[in-house]
Amino acid sequence: MHSRPKFLLFVLLLLVTGVGLTLYKHFALGFPLWPGEKASVWTIEAKIEFTGQDKPALVSFALPYNPPGIEILGEDFASPNYGFTKIEQRDQRRAQWSSRQATGSQTVYYRLDVYEKPGENQGQISQQPTAIQTPEFEEPFRTAASTLVDELNQRSSDTRTFTLELLHTLNAEKPSQNVRLLLGDRPGEDFKARLAIDLLNLAEIPARKVRGLFLEDGRRRQALISFIEVHDGKKWRLFNQSTAEEGIPEHFILWQRGGLSLLDVEGGHRSRVHFSIIENNQSARSIAVQQGRDEQAALVDFSIYSLPIEEQNAFKAILLVPIGALIVVILRTLVGIRTSGTFMPILIALAFIKTSLITGLFIFIFVVSAGLLIRSYLSHLNLLLVARISAVIIVVIGLMAAMSIVSQKLGFSQALTVTFFPMIILAWTIERMSILWEEDGPKEVLIQGAGSLFVAILAYLCMTNRVVEYLTFNFPELLFVNLAVILLLGQYTGYRLSELRRFQPLAETELDSVLRQQKSNHNTANDK
Amino acid sequence: MMFATPKQLRARGIMGMNRRNVDYVAAHNPRHLYPLVDNKLKTKLLAEQAGIAVPKLLGTLRYQHDVKGLHSQLLPHEKFVIKPSKGSGGKGILVIAEREHDIYFKPSEEAISHEALERHVTNILSGLYSLSGSPDIAMIESMIEAHNIFDAYSFEGVPDIRVIIFKGYPVMAMLRLATHASDGKANLHQGAVGVGIDLATGKALHAVQHDRPIYQHPDTQRDFSELQIPDWDKLLPLAAACQEMTGLGYMGVDIVIDKNHGPLILELNARPGLAIQMANGTGIFPRLQQVEGLSGEQRTPEQRAQTSRELFGQQP
Repeated sequence: MHSRPKFLLFVLLLLVTGVGLTLYKHFALGFPLWPGEKASVWTIEAKIEFTGQDKPALVSFALPYNPPGIEILGEDFASPNYGFTKIEQRDQRRAQWSSRQATGSQTVYYRLDVYEKPGENQGQISQQPTAIQTPEFEEPFRTAASTLVDELNQRSSDTRTFTLELLHTLNAEKPSQNVRLLLGDRPGEDFKARLAIDLLNLAEIPARKVRGLFLEDGRRRQALISFIEVHDGKKWRLFNQSTAEEGIPEHFILWQRGGLSLLDVEGGHRSRVHFSIIENNQSARSIAVQQGRDEQAALVDFSIYSLPIEEQNAFKAILLVPIGALIVVILRTLVGIRTSGTFMPILIALAFIKTSLITGLFIFIFVVSAGLLIRSYLSHLNLLLVARISAVIIVVIGLMAAMSIVSQKLGFSQALTVTFFPMIILAWTIERMSILWEEDGPKEVLIQGAGSLFVAILAYLCMTNRVVEYLTFNFPELLFVNLAVILLLGQYTGYRLSELRRFQPLAETELDSVLRQQKSNHNTANDK
Repeated sequence: MMFATPKQLRARGIMGMNRRNVDYVAAHNPRHLYPLVDNKLKTKLLAEQAGIAVPKLLGTLRYQHDVKGLHSQLLPHEKFVIKPSKGSGGKGILVIAEREHDIYFKPSEEAISHEALERHVTNILSGLYSLSGSPDIAMIESMIEAHNIFDAYSFEGVPDIRVIIFKGYPVMAMLRLATHASDGKANLHQGAVGVGIDLATGKALHAVQHDRPIYQHPDTQRDFSELQIPDWDKLLPLAAACQEMTGLGYMGVDIVIDKNHGPLILELNARPGLAIQMANGTGIFPRLQQVEGLSGEQRTPEQRAQTSRELFGQQP
């Protein structure tokens, strides 16, 4: 082929670019090639959104102040069109963004890099509590509250045990009548926290609300979680209000203490804030990114790291898709596995990532087999193709809803993750398999179904591999290498593994011997 | 041994799927010519224009409202075939061998009501059997009556002969026989028998079912060594002529032999399968290379067929 040298040159160029950029990032910018053993640098992004009202806007947002066990490495308040000031008073820190005119939907970002100081989890806070304001309860709540406090006083010996008893009582599966009255219908976490503090104050124990965030990689659109802190006369003690566990949990950043609001917006309405968290696998990498940005290294400045964290998290998943594609290409051209729909296994694998493998497998097999049953009924109805597939989509959604509801009632929360499966793909899979069933029989359905699942599981295992995840996200230039490999495989003209099996009878017998054998067979047949 | 080594297969000249796709289908078949063969209606009209023998077209149904006229369209015909224009792998082909008023009978004597027939046409039109699921056209063709010689070798349906044509030269041929196991279909992967045919004589060479050698038809127990394709000297030039008709460099030509009309082109395939190598008990690759080595001078289909018989014949 005349274009062969050109093609090879192109592939070589891709390989050199990919590997070269990777090595440059490693040696010149200091990116580690391997994920570190211990992850300790986290980037947290608070995204504040509100709708402007065509007048000056002032956003005031509480910032973490000396969070115990956490060291703040850097902060970023960059938000275009906004003036910014930081206010620090006593134990509070607040960020203030202001704008002369805010119209329509507005977004303000606060980004924070923190480092978990190992072994320094229980920070000391030596701040004295302010005077307790006796909470005002109205009847009949006042009686209920004081009865409850009396009861708890009886059962506890000190502030600590009182608090524990209180939290157990509030979170009891079958709360007493008094507690039920105080909690009302379906109390929110915030309401519960406020009630607990009021009850503690009623018992003359200084208490305040604490809000924080669990550091978990890849979390998006998170909200702060409420904790309760009580002063036992000597020091403050922190309690998780829903589990009644004492102390600061691991991988946790304490965001705000005291009852002041988290977010105030003047000149805007419908304000809300949510948090995204990303784990930077190694501090060395994050320092490399930081330095690269400072030095304006184009590779870092114009890279995925310049995106907001929420988008970075989305890209973390997107960058894994080419790995899935590579697996599909390898299994197709080198092994020769038959699948139902070429790239369907990748989508299934992506769903597995969200649902976990075993749950995902179970859900997939259940939905597809139930769908096949219902589809076999639909085929009697003589429907047009598009209408039939639409009907299958609705059936799939119905199955997903039914599965979620039943599993919720039975207490398997895992099955709720069924929504992560792409329903259109499931519907097409069902449709294709049912046609396959009618035309080629159940055996072919099993072969292709098992083939698809096998490819999906393999893709899932590769895509969830820590090293693969680390490399794809931190070295997106490796996409060039992936592309080069796929291009090369696209020109592979050798045998597939399945063909070595398929054509095996041809390899063993020479044609002549076949004829000879045929002849002797013929003779023996005549002899009979 | 479960697996052959690549070296063994290479020594036998076996072509794999990847080589077929890259070096033959992609290299010799320009994409824009595909519709000529993927759409059987186009193929048929093209063949009629070129004077190549094909089964007679009795009518077409293009739109859903045409289905109402199906009854009157079928009225004059006792035997016919309804097939999707863009179907693949024999999907959606319905053969009616007999009718009594509004009851139709398949060759297997299974009865089909007129409503079921209409439903089948509706399915075809909505694209159920077409390659991409796009709307399709239903074709009504005259039914082929298999040559008597095949009676002893066919369980059901009409056997067809697949000839691989490379650059206009026939390079390999096989006969596909439906079996009980293949449910009357002539697809090898569904259990039909493939019989390799000697290009020089039209005689059977070697037969396989499920990719494994056999020596007699599994249903009729007839020995394949007695099999001889009739009209072989007419069949090969007919197949070779499809190159001029379509311009495709590498294709499979499916031919049936009608009792009354002789060899007829049934359909063409721009991505012919590899099972033909199993049926012939030998690889196709050396033959393809031999054809590539031939001089590029213009020759008629008859001349090319003659060259192939001399080059690739095994029982001179």
